[in-house]
Amino acid sequence: MERQRILIVEDSPTMRQLLVFALRRLPGVDIVEAQDGMDGLRKLSGDHFDLALIDINMPVMDGLKLIGLMRGEDELRDVPVVVITTEGAVQDRERALRLGANEYLTKPIQANRVLSLARSLLKRD
Amino acid sequence: MSEDRSELSTRGEEFLQLFDRGMEFTRELLRENEHLRRRLVELEDEQQNAARSPAEWEKLRLELLTKIRGLESEHASLRERLIEVESQSRDFADRHGAIAAENNDLANLYVASYQLHSTLDLEEVLRITIEIVINLIGADVFAIYLLDTARQELRAVAAEGIDLGRVPPCPIGEGRLGRTVGEGVIRSFDEESGESGDPERPLVCIPLRVEGQVIGAISLLGLLKQKRGFSALDQELFNVLAGHAATAIFAARLYSQSERKLNTLQGFIDLLAR
Repeated sequence: MERQRILIVEDSPTMRQLLVFALRRLPGVDIVEAQDGMDGLRKLSGDHFDLALIDINMPVMDGLKLIGLMRGEDELRDVPVVVITTEGAVQDRERALRLGANEYLTKPIQANRVLSLARSLLKRD
Repeated sequence: MSEDRSELSTRGEEFLQLFDRGMEFTRELLRENEHLRRRLVELEDEQQNAARSPAEWEKLRLELLTKIRGLESEHASLRERLIEVESQSRDFADRHGAIAAENNDLANLYVASYQLHSTLDLEEVLRITIEIVINLIGADVFAIYLLDTARQELRAVAAEGIDLGRVPPCPIGEGRLGRTVGEGVIRSFDEESGESGDPERPLVCIPLRVEGQVIGAISLLGLLKQKRGFSALDQELFNVLAGHAATAIFAARLYSQSERKLNTLQGFIDLLAR
């Protein structure tokens, strides 16, 4: 089976480490980290990714802006996106899904939930 | 004339041969008929004997009952085994779930302590503490205090969700926070407080202690909208913060003081060397 690549775009090193811990349980997956939206966009443009986990509140470029840009690019339009955020309001969720996010997870996260979403979006069920 | 006689003789022989074959075939038919008649008589006898012998019927019935009982017993045993396997399977699923949850908790605790001890810079330690409280615990209004030993009061050095200037100093022994820090144990007031965000009415007070000495505190004042109460993992994270954040802050302050002293000494040495 071909290896799959996941991009974590999150400004908090604590959250990045926690997400890497969770996703490392998936076999055959390479994980790449980006520390803000701009860094994420650079990495997405330079390589192929099968899934992106994106925080909303980040410096330089926030997650919603990044998702909007991704959905406007032919090569990035189909990359599945999971939003991971502290914003738990219904309107925040709807906005992110309207912009093109596939799933919306609120913090504090459960590693099992992240894993099951990743499995489903990577079509490993 | 003699030719006619010879032809007649040949035909006679052919007829005799044909007649012999017909005779042989008739005999065969008679033998077969006799055999079939005997078989019919035998079958009629067997049928009559079977119907006439209750002992045979009883024997057959008992044999069949024994077979049925054997099959029933085998069926019951298989059902028991199936139930046992189902129960084992449920146990494994439960244990798998429990281990996965424990792994998740341990990962949270590991990441929290790893991050807290990843730097000797006080600002960075405070930033990491804020990240842990927001991302791992799920609080969005809180303050971090350090103890002013001369005044015996807690002074806020970092805050989230509230202006630092709006967080007043807290004398040890006064108010929820001051009393909790005086006692040196973590206390939750979430059932009494609701969602106040008021520094005087914290949800949770976490004294930061090194070697039994309080060096500061974390006061949780409000939770993220989606956060419903505290879990066992949150209690463990409070303990990690109480111990590891305290040690990290203490180490960062010591490092900073030693750096300053080293710089002063270096200055003196440079001065003397001139």
